[in-house]
Amino acid sequence: MNKQNRPARLKAALLALALALVLVTLLWRELREQRPAAERTASPAPTGQALIERGAYLARAGNCMACHTERGGAPYAGGRGIATPFGTVYAGNLTPDASTGIGAWSAEDFWQALREGRSRDGRLLYPAFPYANYSRLQREDADAIYAFLRSLPPVARANTPHELRWPFNTQLALAAWRTLYFKPEPFEPQAQQSPAYNRGAYLVQGLGHCSACHAARNVLGASNPLDLAGGLIPMQNWYAPSLTDARQAGLMDWPLADIVALMQTGVSPRGSVQGPMAEVVLHSTQHLSQTDLQAMATYLKALPASPRPPPPARLAQANTAGAALYDKHCVQCHGAQGQGVSNAYPALAGNRAVTMDSTVNLVQMVLHGGYPPATAGNPRPYGMPPYWVDLSEQDIADLLNHLRSSWGHSAGAVSAVDVQAARSRR
Amino acid sequence: MLNSLRLILFAALLSPLLAAAQSTAPAPFEDSMAQRSMACTHCHGVQGRAGPDGYYPRIAGKPAGYLYNQLLNFKEGRRHYGAMTQLLDPLSERYLLEIAQHFAALQAPYPPPLATRASPALLERGRQLALQGDAARQLPACTQCHGQRLTGVLPQVPGLLGLPRDYLNAQLGAWRNGKRRAHAPDCMASIAKGLAEQDIEAISSYLAAQPIPADSRPQNARAAQPALAANTAAQECGGTAVAAGVR
Repeated sequence: MNKQNRPARLKAALLALALALVLVTLLWRELREQRPAAERTASPAPTGQALIERGAYLARAGNCMACHTERGGAPYAGGRGIATPFGTVYAGNLTPDASTGIGAWSAEDFWQALREGRSRDGRLLYPAFPYANYSRLQREDADAIYAFLRSLPPVARANTPHELRWPFNTQLALAAWRTLYFKPEPFEPQAQQSPAYNRGAYLVQGLGHCSACHAARNVLGASNPLDLAGGLIPMQNWYAPSLTDARQAGLMDWPLADIVALMQTGVSPRGSVQGPMAEVVLHSTQHLSQTDLQAMATYLKALPASPRPPPPARLAQANTAGAALYDKHCVQCHGAQGQGVSNAYPALAGNRAVTMDSTVNLVQMVLHGGYPPATAGNPRPYGMPPYWVDLSEQDIADLLNHLRSSWGHSAGAVSAVDVQAARSRR
Repeated sequence: MLNSLRLILFAALLSPLLAAAQSTAPAPFEDSMAQRSMACTHCHGVQGRAGPDGYYPRIAGKPAGYLYNQLLNFKEGRRHYGAMTQLLDPLSERYLLEIAQHFAALQAPYPPPLATRASPALLERGRQLALQGDAARQLPACTQCHGQRLTGVLPQVPGLLGLPRDYLNAQLGAWRNGKRRAHAPDCMASIAKGLAEQDIEAISSYLAAQPIPADSRPQNARAAQPALAANTAAQECGGTAVAAGVR
């Protein structure tokens, strides 16, 4: 029997060897490209006040500061931990300090980091830094951001070492990940589309790195920079709704002006932003020019719709416990007909955030409350209280089932177990 | 006749129900800071008078500078409470200042203190530390910075009365182990680090048991100045804090 199997085993062994060789070659290619900084051609760095200002604007568009600033720390000096399923990645110091920041970096080094996800010394960077998006940047924009960062006061703050589990803490694992999921891809404008569409696509796919939240990640944390079909934000317990589904956050039916208003002020006649998106509006999109916001809105509105998912297996049922909780806690602001108060409290009737399949954001809102962002366009927002003190998981399930079956809604049922899951996945 | 009697009886029976229905009807929406800050008062009590479970502190009538600094401290990681941080993250500094000023301006009456279960010896120890300090251990009295009446000093030293014992214990503990911090110079941290656990228990028990003086408003800094003069370190600290002021 063994003798009969020998040729088959030999074949399998040869195949395994061939696969291993291919893999080693690919990994070697990834790791081999670690060139010392001196080998790269040092082109003179462009400078000038106009360039710095453009860089500051683009850094806003990329919301670089949100990750590269520790809570209460110096702007851009790094140190904020980004929790991932593989451990915590700490953002680096981007101020021009010579030893701890990017003081010794050339414009070329900076461009390499954005486009290829490699540090100045050739080390592979973790994709929590969304270089799959940033590889779409144009060189002039990278240079402008570089000039802006070089204009900041240098802050001596040594980078915090990442706290990742084995094997994710090895360069070999990163090389393997990149072999599978990453290739620098420059932005390709579509000739048949308008300049506004292409500008919007450039911002959304590139600097805006919208897909970092609005796309699902696979088990190894990879997502497609062109995908905006929605995804659970790892470790944050918020669901970034699909921008290609009209029943979630798809904008195909929205007037352009409402999309712009939402990104500019955080509120619009059709809904307001909460949670992680509130911070994106606060720190990034509210500062963008009308032209760029309209461009982004044009692109987002034109995204092709993804296929409709199957209807929920079990529908939410009206229930007296949920109705009583609504009358006690919610009716004062959201109204007996779920109509809300214009410019203050969102309507719940017909609100996609209420009827969407994923209920994690609803649970977050009920548990923790929240304010829309205090923006120049909406400087004094109205807030919702946290209810984790008052409501049990069963109460929240009852309440959400009430919301999801009232006012003509027919959305999926929520159980106390769902609420617990949404609550504990932090 | 009988019918009208019945009607009157019916109306009489119904009227309490109608009144009840009226009192539970939702308050009409108003374009006000009270309306905007319902996210705060849900835990901190109506008008910010104090929360339901003895842990959410009173915020009404505290100095605006103090409240504003606390909001920044939560936002910038010098105080740690997830529920607060999550609420404040999307708000601008300008709006946080307005929220602080709103609650500072509320002069809501205080409830009487809860009956204390602390021993007379513990309360006496607390009284000594709060009113006299402990010169041998370089511990200033609470009154040196928080005002002779312990109702706070404008613009940013909070009052210490009308707060639950659990809250005071937790805060002094947090100052002591570095979990709660303030802008430099962080004098409260250095004082708390000099306190033993029994000191904290004594001070918290004493403060929580004190009745509120008729004038519960924070003193202004000028009036409190002679008290500060007795202790050079405290004066320097208080002076710098005042200068640091509202950003």
